[in-house]
Amino acid sequence: MKRRQLLASSAAALGLAATAGTRAALAQSPMKVGFIYVGAVGDFGWNYAHDQARAAAQEHFGSAIETTFVESVPEGPDAERVMTQMALSGAQMIFATSFGYGPALNATAARFPDVAFEHATGYIQEHPNVSLYNARFHEGRAVIGTIAGRMTQTNKIGYIAAFPIAEVLMGINAAYLHAKKVNPDAEMRVVWAFTWGDPALEAAAAEALIDQGCDIIMQHTDSTAPLLVAQDRGALAFGQASDMSSFAPEAHLTAIIDNWAPYYIQRIQAKLDGTWTAGNVWPGLAEGEVLIAPYNDRVPAEVQAEADAMIAAISSGEYNPFTGPLNKQDGSVWLEEGQVADDGMLWGMDFYLEGIEGDIPS
Amino acid sequence: MLRLDKRPTPSKFWNYATPVTAVLLTMIAGGILFALLGKNPFEAIKLIFWDPLFSEQFASYSRPQLLVKAGPLILIAVGLSIGFRAGIWNIGAEGQYIIGALCAAGVALAFYPVESWLVFPLMILGGAFGGWLWAMIPAVLKTRFNTNEILVSLLLVYVAEKLLAAAATGFMRNPDGAGFPGSRNLSQYPAAANNEIFVNTGLHWGGVAAFIAVLFTYILLQRHLLGFHVQLAGQAPRAARFAGVAPARLVVLCLGLSGAFAGLAGMFEVAGPARQITIDFNAGYGFTAIIVAFLGRLHPVGIVLAGLLLALTYIGGELAQFMLNLPAAAIQVFQGMLLFFLLALDVLSNYRVRLARQPAKTDAKVELA
Repeated sequence: MKRRQLLASSAAALGLAATAGTRAALAQSPMKVGFIYVGAVGDFGWNYAHDQARAAAQEHFGSAIETTFVESVPEGPDAERVMTQMALSGAQMIFATSFGYGPALNATAARFPDVAFEHATGYIQEHPNVSLYNARFHEGRAVIGTIAGRMTQTNKIGYIAAFPIAEVLMGINAAYLHAKKVNPDAEMRVVWAFTWGDPALEAAAAEALIDQGCDIIMQHTDSTAPLLVAQDRGALAFGQASDMSSFAPEAHLTAIIDNWAPYYIQRIQAKLDGTWTAGNVWPGLAEGEVLIAPYNDRVPAEVQAEADAMIAAISSGEYNPFTGPLNKQDGSVWLEEGQVADDGMLWGMDFYLEGIEGDIPS
Repeated sequence: MLRLDKRPTPSKFWNYATPVTAVLLTMIAGGILFALLGKNPFEAIKLIFWDPLFSEQFASYSRPQLLVKAGPLILIAVGLSIGFRAGIWNIGAEGQYIIGALCAAGVALAFYPVESWLVFPLMILGGAFGGWLWAMIPAVLKTRFNTNEILVSLLLVYVAEKLLAAAATGFMRNPDGAGFPGSRNLSQYPAAANNEIFVNTGLHWGGVAAFIAVLFTYILLQRHLLGFHVQLAGQAPRAARFAGVAPARLVVLCLGLSGAFAGLAGMFEVAGPARQITIDFNAGYGFTAIIVAFLGRLHPVGIVLAGLLLALTYIGGELAQFMLNLPAAAIQVFQGMLLFFLLALDVLSNYRVRLARQPAKTDAKVELA
């Protein structure tokens, strides 16, 4: 395989160039940390939350680090190029914050062995300088599911889902399960948007759900559009990734906040100290990586207390949102009485739980 | 009221000078924009146009990347330019690009993990066939039912995107991928991988294909009867019919050719730089290629230059973003300015602007209120 060998030698050459770059950067202190986002930082959702954490890290470390970012980078070759150019510019740490950056990130990591790569929501870890991190968003879904179950008048909860993947199904199932727990009449309607963020499409989905009688909208997409529709139509909704209450003060009951700052600060500190090693972590409510935003005054005090109790129980580890007995939609057993879903079972989730109507598109 | 009179003989000098002037004007207007955003305009312009090509730090990497980024744009754009010259508007190259990639990846995944030299050529055929097939839908609908190929080809992009999402999350999902969307990594399957032919040149087989496509199109348009028919159909449809050009055949041919080129681009991309089928595999090459085609004045050589220029603004734009913390939107505005100045100067070099008191009686082509 001549091509392979040539590739390997070029990788070594680039690697050398990278080492030289790192040394030069070390001499003039501030450590460069690069961030790449799949969407615009102004989305007030996923990318905004990551950029808030970047800003918090910059503030925390002051002149010890210099953070830069590139937004709206499509997955694939563009991401690979941006990460490579960041590494060439002397970045010693790169946070890539979209699942789809995986192959490009690992290919870049192979060429820059001294650069620490942190990949959000990824699963490919082919090199010792690639770290993975994620957040247990479904724990937050259990909390807002409880609130939704208590507050729905029509007993119909709408859910705008992005893509039929395990992470999204975890959210739908956790929300449904906990709504059902406090309100046996609660039903869930799911609309598949097949996008992570498209305001027009998300708004149309919210309209459709409200037309079907849903009075509470949940979303696993990034824009504020569903909240705005809910506000207009007198429905209720929850913010996604950041506190979106300013966009829909009436409709916004609370939000699941992605709080990446503690993790970013911890990892950058480790890199500064020279103790950084690759890991694979999945923190949640307990670690403060998932937060529940302040409640709207419309949420009754007893519902707030119930939600707080849920947060406390999950945080302390005494309660797991997926505890058996639980059946799949087709009636087959998923978890036995008292059985708790482990991480492997969660990532294998490709089904609705019993009681949710409709099919998962494939 | 402003009136535009067509110049009988547009200046030869300005025909070549407008692109350069447009770039200079963009630098000035863009510099003002960057200055307003509180950044050093000279540094920003240097980062966008100079550093990707000549800086010690970046050039050895970004120069080859220019080819990687421009390759698919040029390949798709030359295909489109043939139809555009004949007045056949394929706006759906993005969809043909997706289907081409899906077919090629389908071939590769069907053979996986067989190591055979046959896999790669079959993928090329698959890619071209997929793109051709997707373009045949608007072609057949137009020739049979006289539907509008602009609408049909454009709307089929959205259909292709849904198929892509279904493939990434369903039937092409990597069985070893822990349930995550996305196909196998084709660059790690040697029989299917479209790697660089010469290391650090950025030249993969897609670049070679683009080069061949440019040559092919040049010869077709300049030296072949078919090329003459294409141009005739665009410039004088009635005369074309007298000359024996069958409009239906031309539609099928132009759409099919541009579809096949777009499908090929998708094939080389999925097996090479993109590595796999993902939900967001299409990064807008099919739409950007329309700009490249017109920027290059529908001429094969012009398209090569336009593709390289646009690729440069993408790569330099990314540099400017993370070196100066410029927002992505500022770079997009900058790219928009470039197109604006080019088109505006084109109008000025082809038309004479006159202040008219009364409605003109001459053959004014465009009127601006």
